[in-house]
Amino acid sequence: MGDLFDKFDPIIAEKAALLATGVNDPFNLVMEKVHSPTEATVNGRETILVGTYNYMGMTFDPDVIAAGKEALDQYGAGTTGSRVLNGTYQGHRAVEEALKDFYGTSHAMVFSTGYQANLGLMATMAGRGEYIILDADSHASIYDGCAMGNADIVRFRHNSVEDLDKRLGRLPAEAGKLVVLEGVYSMLGDIAPLKEMVAVAKKHGAMVVVDEAHGMGFFGPNGRGVYEAAGVEADVDFVVGTFSKSVGTVGGFVVSNHPKFEVLRLVCRPYVFTASLPPSVVATAATSIRKLKHAHNKRQHLWENSRKLHSGLKAKGFKIATETAESAIIAVLMPGQEACARMWSALIELGVYVNMARPPATPAGMFLLRCSLCAEHRAEQVDIIIDRFVQAAEIAGIPLND
Amino acid sequence: MAHTRDTILPKLMELIEPLNRKAIALTADTSFASDLELDSLTVMDLVANIEDEYDIILPMNLLPELETIGQLADAVAKIVNG
Repeated sequence: MGDLFDKFDPIIAEKAALLATGVNDPFNLVMEKVHSPTEATVNGRETILVGTYNYMGMTFDPDVIAAGKEALDQYGAGTTGSRVLNGTYQGHRAVEEALKDFYGTSHAMVFSTGYQANLGLMATMAGRGEYIILDADSHASIYDGCAMGNADIVRFRHNSVEDLDKRLGRLPAEAGKLVVLEGVYSMLGDIAPLKEMVAVAKKHGAMVVVDEAHGMGFFGPNGRGVYEAAGVEADVDFVVGTFSKSVGTVGGFVVSNHPKFEVLRLVCRPYVFTASLPPSVVATAATSIRKLKHAHNKRQHLWENSRKLHSGLKAKGFKIATETAESAIIAVLMPGQEACARMWSALIELGVYVNMARPPATPAGMFLLRCSLCAEHRAEQVDIIIDRFVQAAEIAGIPLND
Repeated sequence: MAHTRDTILPKLMELIEPLNRKAIALTADTSFASDLELDSLTVMDLVANIEDEYDIILPMNLLPELETIGQLADAVAKIVNG
């Protein structure tokens, strides 16, 4: 009789072979102590964090922490219940109010994670005989939501307005359609041409959802995301987001102006069949969101850091996935899995943490070292990161451009 | 001209041939996963090319049911003549 684990043997062998080359395991790291949004102790070494998605550095904001502690004292450690039963506390309503203020929408719905927000929206909004049209490089949570629902799923080539237009044009005119876009695509850190894409979606009568997980906090005049910067707010039907990046805690949400939006609380299974967020988490999220609305200086500093790291690494001869810093993600291209792991391992020993990313998470079989900047990085830290990248490339034997 | 399984099958083989890295003989029974060992990115490109050739949509959720080139030809014929 076969062991059900046998099907994973190729993955087990691949990992063993990689670790046999003597590198640290990039997917088994422990943060022993966390000192600030940009510094932690890893393997007993003081380490600069530049792979956390903690874009606005809200995790250690004193007001945010105070709000969390107060809620923990007043409401306890958890709700032990679904949002639709005993799991909606005053704090869950308050964070939804904070989101409505931040996004200027009439509705907001908070999920326990960003993954579940996408899972729920995709699986629920389009049913049998309807269509979801998504970018080929969409996040796993979008694909998984599509797999969970009954709609027909159509992909278009990444960020191609022409391909989206062509595919929408082939669908039955009368069928319901949901076009799914992301403001920032997190693997390469590139942004979507939302002005053109949303116009094409509307031309074909589709509803539009934009996932702003990696854009919230620092794109657009109010920090709402790439769709605000692109000026397409009036034509976007749903914005999906997360509390686990700029907001600095955990949770997910959907905001909308649709008059029937509230029905989703009854029909969206990833909302109904799970426990709600702990009171301390929604209290920290609400406080953080209210502060993010006015965080103009932080936004500016985050953009300065992102441009500085991009131009600095490029000047040293690293290949970057985008020509300029389009977002706060700077993805450094590596020649292959072993080289990528050697470079990651050398960086960790020099005291710099970045994300290693590989297929199938990455597009086109790429191996990447992904940096995500924080508004709390000091300019000197960015200089140190660039210096250590150069040292690590030498240790790992990574060729640099002239 | 009406497209039938007999006209579609050779066209599909023509589109698949550049992806046939192991240079195996393509037949209606050739399997995408076990014979051609196509990865998901290659499949995405192939699907897009077939869609453009026939000006159709092949929904992604349909793909797991299509194991062989012959089954794909049948599915394309059904959609084209829908």
